[in-house]
Amino acid sequence: MALDSQEIRVSPGLGARILDGGRRFLDGDVFHSFRRSPLTMFAAGVTLVLFLVALLAPWLAPYDTLNLSSINLMDARYPPIGSTFDDNGFIVEADPRFLLGTDEQGRDLLSAIMFGLRISLGVGFASVILAAVFGTLLGLVSGYVGGKIDSVIMRVADIQLTFPAILIALLIDGVSRGFMDAETHQAFKLPILVLAIAASQWVNFARTVRGSTLVEKNKEYVQAARVIGIRPALIMLRHVLPNVMGPVLVIATLTLAIAILTEATLSFLGVGVPPTEPSLGTLIRLGQGVLFSGMWWLTIFPSLVLVILVLAVNLLGDWLRDALNPRLR
Amino acid sequence: MSPSDTPIQDRAPAAQAAGQAERSAAGKPALLEVEKMRVEFPTRRGTLVAVDDVSFHINEGEVLGVVGESGAGKSMTGSAIIGLLEPPGRIAGGEVRLGGRRIDNLPYEQIRRIRGREIGMVFQDPLTSLNPLYTVGHQLIETIQTHTDLSESQARKRAIELLAEVGIPAPDRRIDQYPHQFSGGMRQRVVIALALCVNPRLVIADEPTTALDVSIQAQIIKLLHKLCREHGAAVMLITHDMGVIAETADRVAVMYSGRIVEVGPVREVIRNAKHPYTHGLMGSIPMVGHDLDRLTQIEGSMPRLTEIPPGCPFNPRCPKVFERCRHERPELIPVEETQVACWLYDENEGATANGGRSGSHG
Amino acid sequence: MAEVAEAIAARETAAGSGPLVRVKGLAKHFDVSPPLLTRVLRKEGRTLVRAVDGVSFDIPTGRTFSLVGESGCGKSTVARLVVGLYSPTQGEVVFDGQRLADLTSRRQMAPVRRRLQMIFQDPFASLNPRWRVADIVAEPIRAHGLLDDNRAVLRRVGELLEQVRLSARDGEKFPHEFSGGQRQRISIARALASNPEFLVCDEPTSALDVSVQAQILNLMRDLQRELGLTYLFISHDLAVVYHISDYVGVMYLGRLVEWGEARDIFRKPQHPYTRMLLDAIPDLEMSGRQRIPVAGEVPSPIHPPSGCHFHPRCPFANERCRSEEPAPTPSPAGGGQVRCHAVEEGRLTEEVVQSELRRD
Repeated sequence: MALDSQEIRVSPGLGARILDGGRRFLDGDVFHSFRRSPLTMFAAGVTLVLFLVALLAPWLAPYDTLNLSSINLMDARYPPIGSTFDDNGFIVEADPRFLLGTDEQGRDLLSAIMFGLRISLGVGFASVILAAVFGTLLGLVSGYVGGKIDSVIMRVADIQLTFPAILIALLIDGVSRGFMDAETHQAFKLPILVLAIAASQWVNFARTVRGSTLVEKNKEYVQAARVIGIRPALIMLRHVLPNVMGPVLVIATLTLAIAILTEATLSFLGVGVPPTEPSLGTLIRLGQGVLFSGMWWLTIFPSLVLVILVLAVNLLGDWLRDALNPRLR
Repeated sequence: MSPSDTPIQDRAPAAQAAGQAERSAAGKPALLEVEKMRVEFPTRRGTLVAVDDVSFHINEGEVLGVVGESGAGKSMTGSAIIGLLEPPGRIAGGEVRLGGRRIDNLPYEQIRRIRGREIGMVFQDPLTSLNPLYTVGHQLIETIQTHTDLSESQARKRAIELLAEVGIPAPDRRIDQYPHQFSGGMRQRVVIALALCVNPRLVIADEPTTALDVSIQAQIIKLLHKLCREHGAAVMLITHDMGVIAETADRVAVMYSGRIVEVGPVREVIRNAKHPYTHGLMGSIPMVGHDLDRLTQIEGSMPRLTEIPPGCPFNPRCPKVFERCRHERPELIPVEETQVACWLYDENEGATANGGRSGSHG
Repeated sequence: MAEVAEAIAARETAAGSGPLVRVKGLAKHFDVSPPLLTRVLRKEGRTLVRAVDGVSFDIPTGRTFSLVGESGCGKSTVARLVVGLYSPTQGEVVFDGQRLADLTSRRQMAPVRRRLQMIFQDPFASLNPRWRVADIVAEPIRAHGLLDDNRAVLRRVGELLEQVRLSARDGEKFPHEFSGGQRQRISIARALASNPEFLVCDEPTSALDVSVQAQILNLMRDLQRELGLTYLFISHDLAVVYHISDYVGVMYLGRLVEWGEARDIFRKPQHPYTRMLLDAIPDLEMSGRQRIPVAGEVPSPIHPPSGCHFHPRCPFANERCRSEEPAPTPSPAGGGQVRCHAVEEGRLTEEVVQSELRRD
């Protein structure tokens, strides 16, 4: 036995591991397929820009639309740059201060969209993470333990699937309205929204993870861990979980698009985000109310941003699914 | 050829073997001639050479075993001959001739017709060779009718005869069953019937017994052997199992890293392996009745296609390696009845070769 | 590594003092019934597969016992029962005097777990693809808390990798960077990490090329000698079994049909199935010896034949074989046991067998 093995065998540090991982990713097939698909690269670019805009909205936005005192009613109903608006006989010219125009309260639409994007993405991410964590854990337990626990979890999932997502969200919103007073409900509006969307999306994660777990469970490395005497919880977390994460990532991306849309739908229906902190969905709802008075831009621009965001995220998700699925390569 | 320990009378067949490379003994062309065939796989990290200048022939009615470990390129050789290479794999050089006619550059439709009519195929997994949605009879009749002028009822009669011939009991009843109603061994019999149904001149069998149990394997080997004799078909038998080769083949080609390293009569190659790889391979096979403490061990493993060393591909693992092996690629050299791609047998390597020869007789 | 040396010394004194592993009347039945609704509609009862049906054998310390048979004979199920991956329907596994069934809690099981380990067939599935080799090999050490200090763990991992003829530096890599044979070495290193005495090897070389198989078989034999290991070896390859084993058990459809010392069984096989299996081995030496032609296939284990399971394929079967299950009787050839009416009745004389040979 080599005596110098002591010197050789020093585990690499975290930094080195991350660097190593990064290098393997850049060299790997996934990144290669990314570089070969211009559409995906474009979608990734769009998503990145929208993320940055949302993240940096407080600094990028020309006006702080969340601060109601900064809004001046005198600035109301300016059309976007390059167009005019016939306001009951008064012809309103665009104002160069408001690139995309303003609404009836004089709120700058561009700033409102930036902050709205922030809320839409925030709610989307939070609900996807919540759904992914719960769904993955339930799917893991369901697949690994099997038996009665599996039956219970999967029957609940089946029942869940028979309700449309919107209905569940409306239900949670309604129930929470029932036992909270109006003020608390307003304060908990965002978490409730997140919970509602997550509750309607966890089944996808649970089912997929359960399926992958059933496959991994019978692989010999899991049996080897059992022979060694590792506790089932540890086997699930350390052996099975890392090997079922690929599909989770794909579903998370695709679900993000669904979550953003669900949030927009709920906000459009009026059960979502309050108008004082409008998300994209709220903006579309508010704009739709005045669409027939000719203020088209208040609906069109938020809708356009929403469509572009969802499309880009979906394209990314589709690509990821193909790139991680060896059968399609 | 090394002069010192080769008896004089052995030299004649050896010289003859060299001349035989392209022609069979009777002087007419061999049934299948493969000449300097090269199969490449372009990848984004460069071009991989899966089959590297491989030449061999199969005579009418002969069984040629092609043996090698995984990654040796044996299956790729078979697929290339029948034009079934998975893209982006392609034949990058050389020629394949069937009955004197070149077939490696034919358009798809023509090679497809040759595949059904002149070359039959048997693959490892009988389940994937049969369509689960159609009855066994449907698939047999369809194949027979595609390649002959028989009517539906004649084709059915022929199909039942074939099933009986491959040893399926009650063939007139079982012909209307689906593949999943057959056991693994029975399914492989059906696949053999399918391969033989239009009396091909050549059957390419790629690991036909690997997925089967030992007792079934013995039956299938025997069946394949018997049928090809009766139908006069030549067989290219691709396998990793020397035992199957010993039972079935007339001649054997040993492949390593996409090249043929030794080719010759089975008995000679098995009993008196000349290439150090073949020799090591034979020694590494455990045998019932052989009380050995340790098996002969070839160190290391077959190089990946991306890491094939220059010179002789076996040189890093070879116990008899010398300087020349690391730079120059050996071609097949006739030695006695076999041909070996090894510098030990080059006449210019006199002294070294003698040392190597006596050692490898072991 | 003083402890290891001590442990080996202790084992060597124990060698020959009796079986390390006893398997008594082991049975495992799997429920393969269709769903309840289907059963009710078809008016069927439950369907049980007797994957293992009353198997008994002993493995002496420091020796190799092999189970051999065709697919579906239950040999892998026995392996999984012995290491506790399945719990037996009937019968028991006794390890060094301790019944595994008595160890109900994880805590009671841990000391035994440390002493018995398993090597699997598929080198591409038996290592977690997301783990570094060092972590894979260290897992049993960490799980059993054998070494506290992480540096000591890594040093031991290095030693283990060198013990299976890999380099200590290979610990840095991931499994996909290795060939099949090298992965199987990593599997062996992991199995050895907790200093076990008993290794269950489930077809450890079946997925490997012959030249790599030779390396692994040689390594296993070296390790057995160095560490005084006891092996339960599962294989379908009789030549490999002949090479590696001291004792052999031949299984057919869940039952042991013949077992005893390997040399006896291979030289003078008694049971017709053992004879058939031996005759099915390709004649690599091209000796042209006469062999009983192999006939038939293994029937479905869901509906095994009555009496002796082998009777539909047996050239020597009679009425008794079709109705009555044969009991183990001492083999006429040596110290082994056979379950065959023909052998028990002395019907299987040399002349009878010879006439069967000539029929081909």
